[in-house]
Amino acid sequence: MPLTLDISLSQTRHCNNRKENPPIAIIPTSSFPWDPGFVFGMDSKTPVENLYSIEPALSSSSRRSNFSIQSKASGGNSIREVTFTDLGSKPVRYGSHGADSETNALSQKEINDEDARLVHINDPVKTNERFEFAGNSIRTAKYSILTFVPRNLFEQFHRVAYIYFLVIAVLNQLPQLAVFGRGASILPLAIVLLVTAVKDAYEDYRRHRSDRIENNRLASVLVNYQFQQKKWKNIQVGEIIKLHANETIPCDIVLLSTSDPTGVAYVQTINLDGESNLKTRYAKQETLTKIPEEGKITGLIKCEKPNRNIYGFQANMEIDGKRLSLGPSNIILRGCELKNTAWAVGVAVYAGRETKVMLNSSGAPSKRSRLETHMNLEIIILSLFLIALCTVVSVCAAVWLRRHRDELDFLPFYRRKDFSDGEEDDYNYYGWGMEIFFTFLMSVIVFQIMIPISLYISMELVRVGQAYFMIRDTQMYDESSNSRFQCRALNINEDLGQIKYVFSDKTGTLTENKMEFQCASIWGVDYNGGKASSVDGYYVQVDGKVLRPKMKVKTDPELLQFARSGKETKEGSHVYDFFLALAACNTIVPLIIDTSDPTVKLIDYQGESPDEQALVYAAAAYGFMLIERTSGHIVIDIQGERQRFNVLGLHEFDSDRKRMSVILGFPDKSVKLFVKGADTSMFSVIERSLNVNIIRTTEAHLHSYSSSGLRTLVVGMRELSTSEFEVWHSAFETASTALMGRASLLRKVASNIENNLCVLGASGIEDKLQKGVPEAIESLRTAGIKVWVLTGDKQETAISIGYSSKLLTSKMTQFIINSNSKESCRKSLEDAIIMSKKLMTISDTANNAGGTSGAGLTPVALIIDGTSLVYILDSELEETLFQLACNCSVVLCCRVAPLQKAGIVALVKNRTSDMTLAIGDGANDVSMIQMADVGVGISGQEGRQAVMASDFAMGQFRFLVSLLLVHGHWNYQRMGYMILYNFYRNAVFVLLLFWYVLFTCFTLTTAITEWSSVLYSVIYTSVPTIVVGILDKDLSRRTLLKDPQLYGAGHRQECYNKRLFWITMIDTFWQSAVVFFIPLLAYWGSTIDGSSIGDLWTIAVVILVNLHLAMDVIRWNWITHAAIWGSIIATCICVIIIDALPSLVGYWAIFKIARTGLFWLCLLAIIVVALVPRFVVKVLYQLYTPCDVQIAREAEKFQSQRATGALEVEMNPILDPPRR
Amino acid sequence: MTDTDQERDRNKETAFYKFTQQTLPACKPVLTPAWVITIFLFTGCIFIPVGLVTLRASRSVVEIVDRYDAECVPESFRIDKVSYVQDDSIPKNCSRFLKVHKYMKAPIYIYYQLDNYYQNHRRYVKSRSDQQLLHGRKYHGTSSCQPVEFNNDHAIVPCGLVAWSLFNDTFKFIRERAELKVNRKNIAWKSDRDHKFGKKVYPYNFQNGTLIGGGKLNPRIPLSDQEDLIVWMRISALPSFRKLYGRIEEDLDVDDVVVVHLMNNYNTYSFSGKKKLVLSTSSWLGGKNDFLGLAYVFVGSSSLILALVFMLLHLRYRRPYGDTIYLPWNRKSLSV
Repeated sequence: MPLTLDISLSQTRHCNNRKENPPIAIIPTSSFPWDPGFVFGMDSKTPVENLYSIEPALSSSSRRSNFSIQSKASGGNSIREVTFTDLGSKPVRYGSHGADSETNALSQKEINDEDARLVHINDPVKTNERFEFAGNSIRTAKYSILTFVPRNLFEQFHRVAYIYFLVIAVLNQLPQLAVFGRGASILPLAIVLLVTAVKDAYEDYRRHRSDRIENNRLASVLVNYQFQQKKWKNIQVGEIIKLHANETIPCDIVLLSTSDPTGVAYVQTINLDGESNLKTRYAKQETLTKIPEEGKITGLIKCEKPNRNIYGFQANMEIDGKRLSLGPSNIILRGCELKNTAWAVGVAVYAGRETKVMLNSSGAPSKRSRLETHMNLEIIILSLFLIALCTVVSVCAAVWLRRHRDELDFLPFYRRKDFSDGEEDDYNYYGWGMEIFFTFLMSVIVFQIMIPISLYISMELVRVGQAYFMIRDTQMYDESSNSRFQCRALNINEDLGQIKYVFSDKTGTLTENKMEFQCASIWGVDYNGGKASSVDGYYVQVDGKVLRPKMKVKTDPELLQFARSGKETKEGSHVYDFFLALAACNTIVPLIIDTSDPTVKLIDYQGESPDEQALVYAAAAYGFMLIERTSGHIVIDIQGERQRFNVLGLHEFDSDRKRMSVILGFPDKSVKLFVKGADTSMFSVIERSLNVNIIRTTEAHLHSYSSSGLRTLVVGMRELSTSEFEVWHSAFETASTALMGRASLLRKVASNIENNLCVLGASGIEDKLQKGVPEAIESLRTAGIKVWVLTGDKQETAISIGYSSKLLTSKMTQFIINSNSKESCRKSLEDAIIMSKKLMTISDTANNAGGTSGAGLTPVALIIDGTSLVYILDSELEETLFQLACNCSVVLCCRVAPLQKAGIVALVKNRTSDMTLAIGDGANDVSMIQMADVGVGISGQEGRQAVMASDFAMGQFRFLVSLLLVHGHWNYQRMGYMILYNFYRNAVFVLLLFWYVLFTCFTLTTAITEWSSVLYSVIYTSVPTIVVGILDKDLSRRTLLKDPQLYGAGHRQECYNKRLFWITMIDTFWQSAVVFFIPLLAYWGSTIDGSSIGDLWTIAVVILVNLHLAMDVIRWNWITHAAIWGSIIATCICVIIIDALPSLVGYWAIFKIARTGLFWLCLLAIIVVALVPRFVVKVLYQLYTPCDVQIAREAEKFQSQRATGALEVEMNPILDPPRR
Repeated sequence: MTDTDQERDRNKETAFYKFTQQTLPACKPVLTPAWVITIFLFTGCIFIPVGLVTLRASRSVVEIVDRYDAECVPESFRIDKVSYVQDDSIPKNCSRFLKVHKYMKAPIYIYYQLDNYYQNHRRYVKSRSDQQLLHGRKYHGTSSCQPVEFNNDHAIVPCGLVAWSLFNDTFKFIRERAELKVNRKNIAWKSDRDHKFGKKVYPYNFQNGTLIGGGKLNPRIPLSDQEDLIVWMRISALPSFRKLYGRIEEDLDVDDVVVVHLMNNYNTYSFSGKKKLVLSTSSWLGGKNDFLGLAYVFVGSSSLILALVFMLLHLRYRRPYGDTIYLPWNRKSLSV
């Protein structure tokens, strides 16, 4: 019989794809209209989940959900030997659910010839004949020596600001418009371009270097039937490549054979997606036996065009006249490492820049900060203002020209007529209209800095500085994972100060995602007396060597006793079965790791699901140590005795059944079925008539586990009789060889066998809350931020975590919505709204009685599940949900699919102008992170996809408090002030120039030298704003954390709003008038020359704007002092240098004028008169309508003087920040 | 405590650590009413005396201003002043009588003042060549001087509108039949004479064109000694300006009458500019201008008033500083 099986199987061996693996194109993207970029965003999760997202009602697709024991991407260790007895029959393998037949048909249809790439195996010449496929050399460097200048310039001029700069500079080159000298007009642009170019060149040089190293690595490639070392850059598509253990894969390769007889290869994808656990990849049966050195392998692979989906691959291979389909499990990608496999041979299909990793190397999409968006409006106002100024000047000039049109010819200071070459003609005069037009353009040139170009550059520098401080902040440094805060997006720092909604993932974000086996209920007995494990934990000795699990688990002594007692006693046998099930019923791969001590080896359980890992570690701690898992059998060390079990069949987890099962052939030739799964799905297949009491007590235990926040799994088993096994086996054969509907057939086979189970028990796994989470949530809530938790977990678990994280409190009224139809959803939503309104009015009246409003509001919590959300999102009920959610202080969504997470974020984002922040750690949070205004990734256990998609990344959830309340507040305050100040600073200078123009016949003469005009925003005033923008703090970290309500300043837009803008502009008007008119009146009708009064104006305006800044600086440290006073001194030095050059008009002017008393008196008067109004208004505001920040600042200053620390502690019992 | 802990603690002391944690020692000034009142009082106390001193200095200056452009045109030419001034054949002599109303101590500065004359006009300001002034005809890059760059294909030194329009009225001062000694040396900046105008550069081909703009220069005197030109070429900042003509180095007594014999050559009639002759003494502050003194007194007294207002406000509406009770959330919890 084994023989016949072999034959029958060998014809249908192409079934090792993973689960239903739909091409992504199936998803109707139109149903997700809010994010065009989401398809890629979602690609980062497995396609399996993409499918689920169509019908989220059916599944909780978070693989970390309570019952998530599925092996996500591996395609299953669905490996077994078909033989009952180990008669040395050839090992074969087939998937328990080779569900790809439908997909095959589809994929073969889909890859039509135009879209396909044809790869002739081992024939690179023919492969590249028709189209030259990209070679394997990569080029991350952007420029070569030749292309650097043009390309770099081209890229830099993508910024509109630079184009403005350039246009102005070019205009200035026209002789009719030459306001500034050539050098002076080009200098600022040249400096900016040069600095950026040098930075780019350095970065590119480093990229060149790393490219060179990468391209010159060696790989063995089959040439003339021999594997030879070849440089990576010379590898071509179609060549056969041999890889050895721990080698990095040079290009995307379709596996042909591996050292494993069944064609399994393990790869580590840490460079690709950051997941450190091993993934299994398969070679096709048909190619396994071919030895490339001996026989010529010929064949044709037809695969899709290069794309960036690292979890998708569609191809088929024609070999020996047969057509096989290839899927993502047959390809290993560049950048991964081969592990645990001696060698693997494959054919290169994508090389170089067409590999998936290279196609994925672009960064996250950039976001724009809210403040900047607001600022753009004000920039438009400023440009209107600029146009207005220019219009005034040109109209006045026109009037003047008109009135003096008869005198112009001989006017000594105009003299239109030119007689130098004998005859009269107009000199430099183009007619009335043109003169006005030129005047307009010239005034644009002179007043150009009205639009603060330097602001964009300053903002970038400030953000870099702010990012530096965020990164260096030791309070956002995670010691356990040794990870610093990361700033991945540099343009939304200030948004952190205005966040109103936080959407948080639960597992891995609020919790640690380190699953810990806590307790078990076996055969109706609850064992939860777990204590810290004994010193060594469990270990086995093999050949004098100690083998020990990598992680220790705390064990219950009583249970340990039973486990050791063997299966003689009744309890013992149940315990035996239970742990055997835990050790066997999974897809974990054990890896043996050497330690520094040669006699000790560690066993590391690698698997996709942390729950499974926890269970296997637990089994090991109780003496059931999984030692080996190969294609057809597993070896478990049971209490020191090695036992080998044949894995006869494995039904992988799927979301319909919500359970998995394994059929084990015991050494005593009995066959048993072990099943584990979510409680709901398990109790439906358990034989209820048996052991009613045990079922009931287990259910009770389950309830208590899940209400204490544990993730539960139920384990059951059944002994199969020979006849039952035969029936299953033949059904399984038929199903797995079926061409159509294989997936559903296999599911049916699994469901048929998974019944009448005898319940063994249940396990409780704790997903520990991260340190400081309750305090963090409390702080965020006090700060007026709404925290929504979106989780894939089930409701009970979610609610219990909600309580333990202080998200939910006993005072809250809970609305729970889990409905199964749209109508019931509508009804429960409307009921909830009515209820919440009632509660609000009650609390309102209560408050009105109390005199203030909003204080004693009854908090309302909304708990809604994914099933209901299916009916709500994308329908008219969205609006209702939004209204309800706005009334609720807490929203908890459970069992939501990744896309639903994004949908909820979009729900809020599209309806309010409030800022949203999404925080998560897993691939399932990517869509949400990209959807939110600010995305934060937790660099945790689950790989780096969330981090890659995020704007900021950090180690722990609690750092969010520091990030938002401290850095966010600071950044917002700094940036808001900086923008206003920059507007003011430039406008005051422009107005100063404008006033003077009114006294020069509107001809745009500037008393201030052109060099000072140019240097004004580059040297004279730039450094202090940047320093203050980076370093000034309105409040200390301590105060901000103590009173999270201070975060409200950002919500109320206190630091940057329309009103402030207009006040600033009025102030600007006043100040510029003062600067201009005091010297004008003081020097009217005197011998003063233009250069001297220009110097006075220059120095006055620079001192003024710097003192204006100084007046608003809150914290003076030595750097601030140096920047502000240094700038003033630098200005004086520059003015002196300019006036010491005999070739310039203003030679020696400053020395002359500085010797007169009038100069100094003017200077003093200007500064005092200009600043007094601002000072008075500021003082009045601070004294009589102080804002929160102001009071807190005073408190900070005076209380530290007045009171001792004891008082503060007393005042602030709970909210002290988590400073650990 | 382990080594690394100790090391970390030591790190915490360093300035760099404090810098990265943004906890550098800093001064945090807070504007308390006391400070505000002090600042205003202080400003007032400084500004009023300074203003008074300034005012006094300005008042001490004795100034005689005489507008002569209209009076110095003979009655018969009053209708068409331009043709009068342009006609070389008509003598331009004119006499003015200035009465000294207050004792003037030497040196008495003689200025000519032009009003409505835009020396700061862009076309005018640009129309010069500083290089040529320094290097003479050797320098050729004088295109900025157009339309007064060449005449009959020869370069003009000094070129440009500014030099071309050189002021050329002359004044002679006579008191009781004796000519007053007028010192016309050192009226220009020394720095200009030394470094901006060439010592070996002589006027060439100057005012030889069809259109004469103003004064002529003696071609045998180098530019560095042509002080009137140097003064003229220091472009004035404002459309109403004075330029130094010379110094009278004798005191003038009250009721002295100074007769000014002037040559009314310069044409301001074509654009209705005014010409004035100014005799003025000087103080440490410069000329006569009350504005700054008045401004100081005004600002100083305003400061004192503001100080008073703030004092009253402080007495009337007192807010305890730094009291966290005033924070809205604390206020709420209090009232509940």
